[in-house]
Amino acid sequence: MIRAFWLILALLAAGSASAQNLRIGLREDPDILDPTLSRTYVGRIVYMSLCDKLFDINERLEVVPQLATGFTWEDPRTLRIALREGVTFHDGERMDAAAVVYSLNRHMTMQGSFRRSEISEIDALEIVDPLTVRIRLKNPSAAFMSQLTDRAGMIVSPRAAEALGRNFGTRPVCAGPFRFVERVAQERIVVERFEQYWDRANIHFQRVTYLPIPDNNVRLANLQSNAIEFGERMEPDDVRTAQRSRNLRVVPVEEIGYQGITINLGRGPGGSNGLARDARIRRAFELSIDRTAINQVVYEGMYTPTRQPLPPANPFHARDFAPPGRDIAAARALLREAGVTGPLTVEMIVPNNPDLRQVGEVIQAMVREAGFELRLRAMEYASALQAASRGEYETFLTGWSGRTDPDGNMYTFMRTGGGQNDGDYSNPAVDRLLDAARTEMDVERRIALYADIMRIAVAEDASRVYLWHRKNIMIHSTRLTGYSPVPDGLVRLQGMRLR
Amino acid sequence: MLRWLARRFAQIIPTLIVLSVLIFGLQQLMPGDPALILAGEERGDPMVLAQIRAELRLDRPLPEQYLNWIGNVLVGDFGFSWRIREPVAKLILQKLPVTFQLASMAFIIAVLIGVPAGILSATRRDTPTDWIANGIALFGISMPNFWLGIMMILLFSVELGWLPPSGYVSLTEDFWESIATTIMPAFVLGTGVAGVLMRHTRAAMLGALAQDYVRTARAKGVAERVVVWKHALRNALIPVVTLGTIEFGRLLAGAVLTEQIFTIPGFGKLIVDAVFNRDYPVVQGVVLATALIFVALSLVADLLYMAVNPRMRQA
Repeated sequence: MIRAFWLILALLAAGSASAQNLRIGLREDPDILDPTLSRTYVGRIVYMSLCDKLFDINERLEVVPQLATGFTWEDPRTLRIALREGVTFHDGERMDAAAVVYSLNRHMTMQGSFRRSEISEIDALEIVDPLTVRIRLKNPSAAFMSQLTDRAGMIVSPRAAEALGRNFGTRPVCAGPFRFVERVAQERIVVERFEQYWDRANIHFQRVTYLPIPDNNVRLANLQSNAIEFGERMEPDDVRTAQRSRNLRVVPVEEIGYQGITINLGRGPGGSNGLARDARIRRAFELSIDRTAINQVVYEGMYTPTRQPLPPANPFHARDFAPPGRDIAAARALLREAGVTGPLTVEMIVPNNPDLRQVGEVIQAMVREAGFELRLRAMEYASALQAASRGEYETFLTGWSGRTDPDGNMYTFMRTGGGQNDGDYSNPAVDRLLDAARTEMDVERRIALYADIMRIAVAEDASRVYLWHRKNIMIHSTRLTGYSPVPDGLVRLQGMRLR
Repeated sequence: MLRWLARRFAQIIPTLIVLSVLIFGLQQLMPGDPALILAGEERGDPMVLAQIRAELRLDRPLPEQYLNWIGNVLVGDFGFSWRIREPVAKLILQKLPVTFQLASMAFIIAVLIGVPAGILSATRRDTPTDWIANGIALFGISMPNFWLGIMMILLFSVELGWLPPSGYVSLTEDFWESIATTIMPAFVLGTGVAGVLMRHTRAAMLGALAQDYVRTARAKGVAERVVVWKHALRNALIPVVTLGTIEFGRLLAGAVLTEQIFTIPGFGKLIVDAVFNRDYPVVQGVVLATALIFVALSLVADLLYMAVNPRMRQA
């Protein structure tokens, strides 16, 4: 009798779920769907349905269990991870310690892996028992855990990965809430509910279709005409239109990255520009910019002006480090002090997007009053990247999508010789602090270290001008409930349903 | 006839060789290092960059890269997309029917509007009908596709809710849904071509109607309808057919803007995305395929001439 009752309930649940098909409009078409080989941000949105990770992050950027149930540091270099029992991959294989070790090894050794540098601290992997893994690190690392909350923490089915090899990304098999159905490049990615998912009670859709719709106006039109239920990374000027509609809801989520100006301090032919000469000139440049005005003029006041790489949502965000107000008199005084007499010509590369071109023009007008002649060079993205890496630029208006751990927003950008340090900034004191912050496990002490770094690298050296933190503006149908925004902007399907 | 065909085919081969060198060479002139863009946010790691270059043979000399590519193409292997690791040949075969459907629908719309309008305005020269037809043609030619596209989406999808705003469903999947997803982009594309066809049909008709044989036919008392449709139009159509095939080729080469707006996953969108991502094998494959289509279409145009105009058959 009880069994029959459950059966009926299950059938009813299945019936109600079958009507639940969600369509998500993506801003770009993702690249390959292999957690080891993929690189794009938009791909991570799709992984939220396909591939669970050892850990996830919550809205306060705290690490929470997913495929793992918990972790302990046996010592500063040894991490013990307990795995969830009874988890299966989409091909029916069991998710256990051997699969975790296999996946981490794949991330570390596969040719063309983009995860290798993220988990390069791993020294050895051990299977303690079928549900326990021990990871030994080369050095203590406060940032390591956060890597396991992203693609490096995604566990793939060893059997499928072996069978498909480098083509795994054309038919990914993981342990997420949905299994892969089909992909038509530039058209759609379809996933279907995985009935053996460990947290299936929280999954209410039968099918999710991801549709790349790059044009913002068209993505909005799709939302307005009910052709999609969710649109990610919408534009600030879409907000008012969406708010006028009774059927749409706007959810702005603060991002974990930033937008700013990289200054070339010594790389290649652009490294001998006027700003590279003297930190006072760079401080004058910063003082002549009004971040609040840029935000009002270009972004309808939606974004958060900043002076640092860590957004307020990040627990390591430096307090008492607000952006300075615009002060033309002080800027002129600094320039005089640095011996600058006539107008100082500086060139800035601006990505060829309407909003960033407009930002460039606003900055151009602002800094002119202090005595800078800013020349704008609008460039398509791939060309701009090349110019930056070769030092064929003086300043570059660019951004970073951000990582949850502060190390991911700072280390490679500020450390001498860092991989993303395109301006060749170098200060031994900052290097020491960055190294220390990386291994410091005490949160309060780590916060203090990052605050020190910002005081030196940003306030004194003015090595980079941070401008604002964007918002991931999500717009969804009011029929959709249960969406809980997380600052990384990824769309987690748990708890979401359509009325 | 057969010798003529053989000669035409012989001319095609050197054209394609020169084309392949051009396609490969021009692409190298594009600024932007593919390894950097492929590395995405991992570009800071020199090891990652070196690995990408080695894997994609970007570290080999250019002639070697070219010979490697063209050698594979000759045996039917267009390589893999660097970005999504799908075979380029598969992508082309996947996108070609989409573009073909869109181009055909646009072309039908263009012919249905353009040719009758051209005939009408030629036979009623300097009357209000002529002026209105000319005005519509001018509108079609000068209306920017992206603007017209957005306006149509706002009207037919957002306001009226009649048609899906973007996306694509194939003919085999759902015939009517397929027509619904492509009718707006086809109309946007078709109006531009219709304008061009109308202007040319009008000019050609006016030329034909002024010929001696038309005057003779009229003098012999042939009905005006027969004069226009049988005598004048048949001759006037020759330049229109040439133009039509060229325009059709242009539509097939991908209506970049229109496909972008309506998110139609066709040739135009494929190549634009590939260029921005420096996905060289896709760019090379698609451009080469497009070139082949153009060559084939010009052959078709020549054959159509013969069908329309018996005088050409003796040549």
